[in-house]
Amino acid sequence: MAESTLNGRVVGIDLGTTNSLVAYMQGDTPVVIPGVDGLNLVPSVVALDPIPVEGGRPSVTVGNTARKALIETPERVIYSVKRLMGRGLEEIQDELKLFPFRLADDVEAGEVPRIRLGEMKFTPPEISAYILRQLKRNAERFFGSPVTQAVITVPAYFNDAQRQATKDAGRMAGLEVLRLVNEPTAAALAYGLDRAKVGTIAVYDLGGGTFDISILKLRDGIFEVQSTNGDTHLGGDDIDNLLLTIGLDEIHAEHGVDLRRHPAAVQALRKAAIDAKIALSTQQEAYFDIELPNGDRYQREISRAGFELLIEPVLERTAGPCKQALADAGITPQQIDEVVLVGGSTRIPAVRQLVDDLFHLAARGKKPQIELNPDEVVALGAAVQADILAGASKSTEEMLLLDVTPLSLGIEALGGTVARIIQRNSTIPASATEHFTTGVEGQTNVAIHVVQGERELAKDCRSLARFDLRGIPPMSAGLPRIEVRFLIDADGILQVTAREQRSGQQANIEVKPTYGLTDEQVESMILDSFDNAEEDFAARLLIEARNEAETILAAVDRAPENPAWERLSGEEQAAIASARDRLAAVNLGENLSAIREATLALDHATRRFAELMMDAAVTTAIRGKTMDAAGEDMGHEVTAPHPMAAAEFK
Amino acid sequence: MLKVIDTAVPIACWSCSIGHNDSTLFCPHCSKIQPPPGGDYFQVFGLERAFQVDLAALEHEFHRLSRKVHPDRFARAGEIERQWSLADTALLNDAYRTLKEPLNRTEYLLKLEGAEIGEEHAGKDRKGQKDPSRVPADLLEEVFELNMQLEEMRMARKMGATDPDLQASLEQAKRKFDGLLVEVDQSLRRQWQVWDEGDAAARHSVQKTMVALLDRRRYLNNLVRDVTETLGA
Repeated sequence: MAESTLNGRVVGIDLGTTNSLVAYMQGDTPVVIPGVDGLNLVPSVVALDPIPVEGGRPSVTVGNTARKALIETPERVIYSVKRLMGRGLEEIQDELKLFPFRLADDVEAGEVPRIRLGEMKFTPPEISAYILRQLKRNAERFFGSPVTQAVITVPAYFNDAQRQATKDAGRMAGLEVLRLVNEPTAAALAYGLDRAKVGTIAVYDLGGGTFDISILKLRDGIFEVQSTNGDTHLGGDDIDNLLLTIGLDEIHAEHGVDLRRHPAAVQALRKAAIDAKIALSTQQEAYFDIELPNGDRYQREISRAGFELLIEPVLERTAGPCKQALADAGITPQQIDEVVLVGGSTRIPAVRQLVDDLFHLAARGKKPQIELNPDEVVALGAAVQADILAGASKSTEEMLLLDVTPLSLGIEALGGTVARIIQRNSTIPASATEHFTTGVEGQTNVAIHVVQGERELAKDCRSLARFDLRGIPPMSAGLPRIEVRFLIDADGILQVTAREQRSGQQANIEVKPTYGLTDEQVESMILDSFDNAEEDFAARLLIEARNEAETILAAVDRAPENPAWERLSGEEQAAIASARDRLAAVNLGENLSAIREATLALDHATRRFAELMMDAAVTTAIRGKTMDAAGEDMGHEVTAPHPMAAAEFK
Repeated sequence: MLKVIDTAVPIACWSCSIGHNDSTLFCPHCSKIQPPPGGDYFQVFGLERAFQVDLAALEHEFHRLSRKVHPDRFARAGEIERQWSLADTALLNDAYRTLKEPLNRTEYLLKLEGAEIGEEHAGKDRKGQKDPSRVPADLLEEVFELNMQLEEMRMARKMGATDPDLQASLEQAKRKFDGLLVEVDQSLRRQWQVWDEGDAAARHSVQKTMVALLDRRRYLNNLVRDVTETLGA
């Protein structure tokens, strides 16, 4: 690996159900890196562009632009793909009812499901990889150098398969995933950074699609997770769906329109539902006002009280995991010093009230912690962890995160029961060694079924892997002694090794995941290879610089049409023409710095022309405003009324 | 389980090939992290085998060692270093988890000392409880009575009926068994002390008592859990 890769920055990524963010450590403060549109949140929405490039990789759009396509071409857009990560066909049936995921019809049981997007099909990790690649590019654009290593957050309650799928997505996006960090733990890191705290905190994380509760003990920079619990299918999406269902049913009953057959209209209604939900966090009522395909209008008022009644069953589902986490940590609610709120859904007043009740906060004169933006805190924490892993910073050198495995690991025993070998809430890495033997004379294979979960029967737990211990030397039944070592690594992912002890022979084991992609499949889905990061990045910079040059050249070519052109002196016009010719010439070549310099030179030469043009524009368009206000208006525009696109590189 | 060795065996560092003491986590010559040292969980923390452990000191040592060997400290190191960091930390965590919890520690040390301990897995516990031969002799009558009441209670629940007398009787039984659990724990602690301070003969004699106490404890624990579940259902 190249030296620069080793010393490159490690970024922290929050790959969310609804929004994703990338952050890094700026000195001793974690900071979110904005996208090209200047916004911190990148909606976790991926759209397939209308006309795929012949023979090439499909062209996709990610984020806000993709979200806009949701209304116009919903069949080419996917969101909330995190709900499908690491899950098998039979596990996602419920999701398919509620979300407009269009499953490819040739998926067989045991295969990773593929989702149709326009005329193409993608696995959930591939979709996530597109989001990750966008975040990677945002960071590279921001730093002006390649980014190849990252920390990615996952819900604490994600199982092995969901974690592996997330890691696979990182690899496809050309990122070496140095660590998967649990979202609530990341939030605790972000909160614990600037205060040397001692105490016990609870992190209540209600995001778009997942709920986590984690209880941590803080001491001398060590963040030791005591217990964690949650529900990977509980979040703001469920609340949106409740509102959506009401809308759909009422529209059907009152207007006789079955909106479910109009995907675009469903999306419009979903957007209205989300807007109403957000409004109800600050207002007492919100309104639906939707134009229906038949020209009717669906109008409805929703009161906060009615809304709270509606979502109570959803919120109530977070109480059980909280109580279990407290029990597992062996503490009472009164022993929690602070509760940190994470995730957009914790803006809902009813959620805050529930948290207050669960942890007896008001009674103890306490309030939940909400100082950090709940949409950003996980990414900020991921940046802190990235800094810890990079190991090159004073501000985090004393910090260490000790996390736990959320689910017990077991093996299927006779009769389909589960023998637990690693209990939930064990600090990771954690390991267990088990011994197996044969039941039949001369038997050379032993099958082992590894499951994850808390239920008594294997069929009720999540099947992680079935594998065979093969190549056992033929012996009498019960004589071979096969030692199998199960190890959950720091990412919460299982590794298995085995050996036969009587013969001293290393058994040849094959670990076959029940679900998930094989290494070969992941390889074939890689979008950007990080081995070629340097070359890829250089190539991309060149393309970007050329585009930049093309833009300014086109603008200059149109310049004489503008009345301001006549106000330039002959010398000024000649200087522009010469700078233009120079840029046009170097832009044909491969020399990146020459193109950049020539672009800057042309930009400089046209500066007075730009000012003249702007003066004219300002005086005509913004009459009655002060110059200050006018300037501010323009600064906020993504495309400021500057005739020449300013060169953005240093 | 783990191999137990009394004295450190000199082995060679994977990185600089210079021989070093097996119990070291880092090579004294090139400072590279080493594979997990042999020895038991007590040796991981530099402790003598004992049932009584200073938990505050144990936690402190756990944190100190975690800072040195945790995979977060080796995220960008070479593959071999990452591998040993992972293995060392897994051992450290397994050892801490076992030693900090009194019952796990007791079971672990008894096994190290060669005692035979029956049930290991939580999943098997329930079945063990149904085995009448495992009922402590002095509780036979009460357990029989309790199981009848539990069955009655479950039936009543199924029918949607409530029986305040039965409820009260079960609650009383639960209090009694809770009390017995406390007694078992107190006896265990006394045996710990005898073992920790005694000679080989004294140790040998209390080991058997401790195994019996653990059995009794597990049995009582399952009973209390069943009663709690039935009451709370």
